[in-house]
Amino acid sequence: MQTVKIVVTGPFSSGKTQFVQTISEIDVVDTERSITRAEEQIKEQTTVAMDFGRITVDEELVLYLFGTPGQRRFDFMWEVLSEGMLGFVVLLDSVRPETFREARDILATFRSYASVPYIVAANKQDLEDAWSPEDLRIALRIPESVKMVPCIATDRESVKHTLLELLYLVLEMMEDEP
Amino acid sequence: MALKGNLRDFSVVQLLNLINLARKTGTLRIGRNSKRANLCFRGGKLIHATLDGTGSQLVTALRESDLITEEQARTIRARAGERSDKELGLLLMNAGYVSQEEIVESVRQRVLANVYPLFTWTEGRFHFDSGTLEVDGVITVRVDLENLIMQGTRRLEEWERLQEELPDLEISLRFADRPQTNLRDINLNVQEWRVISFINPRNTIRQIAQYNNLSDFQIRKIVYGLLQAGLVEIVRPERKEPKRPEVPEAPKRVAPKKRRPDVKRNVIMRLIDRIREL
Repeated sequence: MQTVKIVVTGPFSSGKTQFVQTISEIDVVDTERSITRAEEQIKEQTTVAMDFGRITVDEELVLYLFGTPGQRRFDFMWEVLSEGMLGFVVLLDSVRPETFREARDILATFRSYASVPYIVAANKQDLEDAWSPEDLRIALRIPESVKMVPCIATDRESVKHTLLELLYLVLEMMEDEP
Repeated sequence: MALKGNLRDFSVVQLLNLINLARKTGTLRIGRNSKRANLCFRGGKLIHATLDGTGSQLVTALRESDLITEEQARTIRARAGERSDKELGLLLMNAGYVSQEEIVESVRQRVLANVYPLFTWTEGRFHFDSGTLEVDGVITVRVDLENLIMQGTRRLEEWERLQEELPDLEISLRFADRPQTNLRDINLNVQEWRVISFINPRNTIRQIAQYNNLSDFQIRKIVYGLLQAGLVEIVRPERKEPKRPEVPEAPKRVAPKKRRPDVKRNVIMRLIDRIREL
C-alpha cells in the first residue's frame, strides 16, 4: 500500500487541528495537552506533537494529514513531520495580526525543509474581523506567485477546496519537471 | 471587511503600505491611551486626517501657515458658528483673505502634521472601516502615501536618534553657567521660548512638555537643539541602568533541501478524485 503525506502548519491557534478533523475519515489522533503558559491561553488545549488524520483513496493508496504543533517550543517536531511530504498548507489566523510575523517565519522555515508545493490558506474567514486574503498577502508580503485561498477550517467544502488547490499545484509542478 | 489589530503587531508604516497597495477607500481609526487619530483614504490616497479630534482644521491650518493672525483666527472661530470648513473656506476666499491654493496647501500641511506623530506610535488599537468616509464639509486633499511613508520613516529615524540622545525625559535642565554660543547669534522661535521659560532643575523635561502641550518628539527636538547650542545642561539624577537590547536568536539550522517524494501523476489524480467525492 502506498501512503502520501500532506502537512498542515501555521501559528498557534490558527485552526490546524480543526482543519485536519474536518476532513479526516478517522477520529483525529491528536496529542493535545492543557496549556500552561498564561500568554497562550487562547484555547484550553494545544497540540504538542502532531494531529494525525487519514483519507483512504482505495486499498492501495492512503493520504495522511499531519497537523504540526503551533507553539514554537515544540518546533523540533516540524522537521520530523516534513520528511517525505507531498506538499504543505500554511494556515493563517485571519483575525489575529499578532500571529502574522510568526506565520511568515513558519512559511520560511517549511520552505527551507523541502522544495515542495505549498499553499497559504487564510483561515477563519467566517469571522467578522477577518482580514481578507488580499490584505493578508500584502501584510505578510506573500508574492503573487504563491497561491492563497480563503478558508474556513470548520467547513468541509472549504477544507476540500484548500487541499484540492494544493494537489493541483503538485500536478502543475509535475508537468513542469523534465 | 474590517482590518483590526494593534500597532505592536502591525505598524503604521505597514498599514499605510497596505492601504496604498490595495488602493483602499475608508477610514483608519487609531487609538493610543487617550489619543485618537482618524485618517481617511480614497483609492489609496490620504485625503483627510485628524488627531485628537481637532475642531476646525481650516482655521488652525491657516494660522499655522501664517496666513491669518491669532486675532483673526479667534474672530473667525467666534463667527464661524456651525459652518463647515468648506463653507468657511469659500467665505474667506470671497472676502479676499486667502486664495484657493493657499487654503489647499495649508490644509495639506495640517493633515501631514496630524499623521507624522503616528509614525512613532508603537502601541495602540487600529481599525480600518472599508468604504466609510467621514468627510462631509471637510476640505480634502490628496496625498500620495509613498512620499508620506518615506517622510514619516525619516522622521521616525530622527525620532530614534533623538531618543538615543535623550532617552530619559524625567531628567531636568539648567542654564549653562558659561554658554558656548554667543547669545546674540541665537534666534529662538515661540515654542523654544516657552520651553526656556520653564527651565529649572525642579521641572523635568516631561513636565515642561506637558505644560506646553508638546509631544515627546517635539520636546526632544527642542531640548536637543538647546543642548547642542550649549544654552542648557542636563541635571543628572542618580544613574539608571541602560535598557539592554534584546539578544537576537541564533540563526536556525537550515536543513538541506529535500525534493518532493517520487509520486506518479496518477496517484495525484486519484487523490483529487477522492477528495472531490468527500
